[in-house]
Amino acid sequence: MTKFSDLTRLPDAQGHFGPYGGRFVSETLSFALEELEKVYLSLRDDADFQAEFDRDLAHYVGRPSPLYHAERWSNKIGGAQIWLKREDLNHTGAHKVNNTIGQALLAKKSGKPRVIAETGAGQHGVATATVAARLGLKCEIYMGAEDVERQKLNVYRMRLLGAEVHPVESGSRTLKDAMNEALRDWVTNVDDTFYIIGTVAGPHPYPAMVRDFTSVIGREAREQSLAQIGRLPDALVACVGGGSNAIGLFYPFLEDDEVAMVGVEAGGDGVETGRHAAPLTANAPSGVLHGNRTYLMSDASGQVSDTHSISAGLDYPGVGPEHALWKDVGRVSYVAANDDAVLEAFRELTRIEGIMPALETAHALAHAKVMAATMRPNQHIVVNLSGRGDKDIHTVAKLDGLEF
Amino acid sequence: MTMNRIDQRFAALKDQSRCALIPYITAGDPAPQHTVGFMHACVEAGADVLELGVPFSDPMADGPVIQKACERALKHGTRLADVLDMVASFRETDQTTPVVLMGYVNPVERMGYETFVRRARDVGVDGVLMVDMPPEEGAEVAPLFAEHGLQSIFLLAPTTSSARAATICAHGEGYLYYVSLKGVTGAASLDVEAVARQLAPLREMTDLPLCVGFGIRDGETAAAVGRVADGVIVGSALVSRIAENAERPEAIPAALKAVLGDMRDALDR
Repeated sequence: MTKFSDLTRLPDAQGHFGPYGGRFVSETLSFALEELEKVYLSLRDDADFQAEFDRDLAHYVGRPSPLYHAERWSNKIGGAQIWLKREDLNHTGAHKVNNTIGQALLAKKSGKPRVIAETGAGQHGVATATVAARLGLKCEIYMGAEDVERQKLNVYRMRLLGAEVHPVESGSRTLKDAMNEALRDWVTNVDDTFYIIGTVAGPHPYPAMVRDFTSVIGREAREQSLAQIGRLPDALVACVGGGSNAIGLFYPFLEDDEVAMVGVEAGGDGVETGRHAAPLTANAPSGVLHGNRTYLMSDASGQVSDTHSISAGLDYPGVGPEHALWKDVGRVSYVAANDDAVLEAFRELTRIEGIMPALETAHALAHAKVMAATMRPNQHIVVNLSGRGDKDIHTVAKLDGLEF
Repeated sequence: MTMNRIDQRFAALKDQSRCALIPYITAGDPAPQHTVGFMHACVEAGADVLELGVPFSDPMADGPVIQKACERALKHGTRLADVLDMVASFRETDQTTPVVLMGYVNPVERMGYETFVRRARDVGVDGVLMVDMPPEEGAEVAPLFAEHGLQSIFLLAPTTSSARAATICAHGEGYLYYVSLKGVTGAASLDVEAVARQLAPLREMTDLPLCVGFGIRDGETAAAVGRVADGVIVGSALVSRIAENAERPEAIPAALKAVLGDMRDALDR
């Protein structure tokens, strides 16, 4: 029993994390969510299902992912030791596949032959298309038209994997609009379709279910820390858009009071400019979008705001409801990293450690660097290296004035 | 306490054995100054209850027709506060036609429930349908709505389980909005026989009027649904007319009247 033990017993039966979360959906979706909740609850503690999930994570994804001591980078910074949880080494190159494997298995068990997903940077789309190919499921992906433009490589990857990619032209043409469109598809095709949500947002039971699938990251990191560092780390750092990789790392450490946790949001041009995607850091008022109540960037009349980030994967006006509660109770602190610091961290890790991180991940790295510098060399920070940066080469090259 | 306008209207319709005609338009579409005129035009064409859409940036349960209506309204900056002003203006000359605001939770949440409820009541709103606020999530604010005499209208879908239907019937007021098909607003076809089959068990659960929406596009579908329901709700068919005439809004009242007039005739035949 520690100060934060209560947090591990959430959500409640209605999917609430304190005042956040819930199931704010049109009645047309209620049945599908009730059905999903039933299937999920019945399989969550089912030994055969868990064994199949673990087997896929081991032999298809390549888990456990290493915990790598970034010694050269740590020495250069001259503070705490930085350890990287290498989710970039997973099959498909990011943490997203942990969750899509779990949900695709649920789709199969539910007898649904078709899966749909929303995607921002394309990592979740690729991870969904990948597992759909492997399980022989028909797959359609919704992606904001603006993101289709800035993530061409991932769009082509999804198409090679047999998925149909629908560019979404409505609203701000980014991740939130892709999610709207996926929800509309789901209501219409609810009989044969499973919606694989890519983050710890959406209506109950998604935030809890995605958290449970992605928590394998933190369980491994905890064991690896004990084995390699000889104790728990002093701090965990992860980037937060919807917040699934952060929850995956943090959740198994919730009751370890001595471990500090920091979620790093997309500061864009700077939180003070308004051009960002950092609802927690900016103290956005609570609101309701995509089926849950959370910190939500919206204008004074309640219209959801356009967001800005160099990374498509963090370009989202809300955040998972469990993060909202963790902020309020003070278990996790949330900060933002701005685009320029993110690019610097991207280049630095690439040059010093030979590891090219995703721009999303580089947010966590940018903050870890600041934090490490204020700490002692016998202290340890674990950063979730949530994805690899190959998909972002075009974005970075463009800033360097190069076009391929 | 005086009877709510919605209850009064449905009681009168029942006496006359008539089916309610309920048009939906999005407030502020194609521009805010036209909305009140459109509301009056709908009443002149035989509307019994008006559903006025509050534009939202992320209308998840709506198809392309109403999504674009929201975009047109938001381009002119139509806010919830403006929609309430429109109702106030409508009430200057029409004190009898019930008005239901339909939309999504977030604009109301940002305004604050207390402020919203007081203001809505003051301007003459009769009911509120928040698409993404099922009764389970609305439990905390329901007493506030009730206290100010604002009726909570809820949706029922073909997929709603009988246990949920019982909950919804128990919390619903005014009328129940039965969504005729799986999908978003403006979707293609509607199976009248299936609707009739699904309404039957609901009649056992509630005395509330059962109104059917989604997929009603002309006099023929309205009349067919009208034979099994207490009201028909028409949205996308009207909003499409507004979209077609967005560049010449002076033509819109006549276009709305043409669609609704056909439906009224077919329902009363």
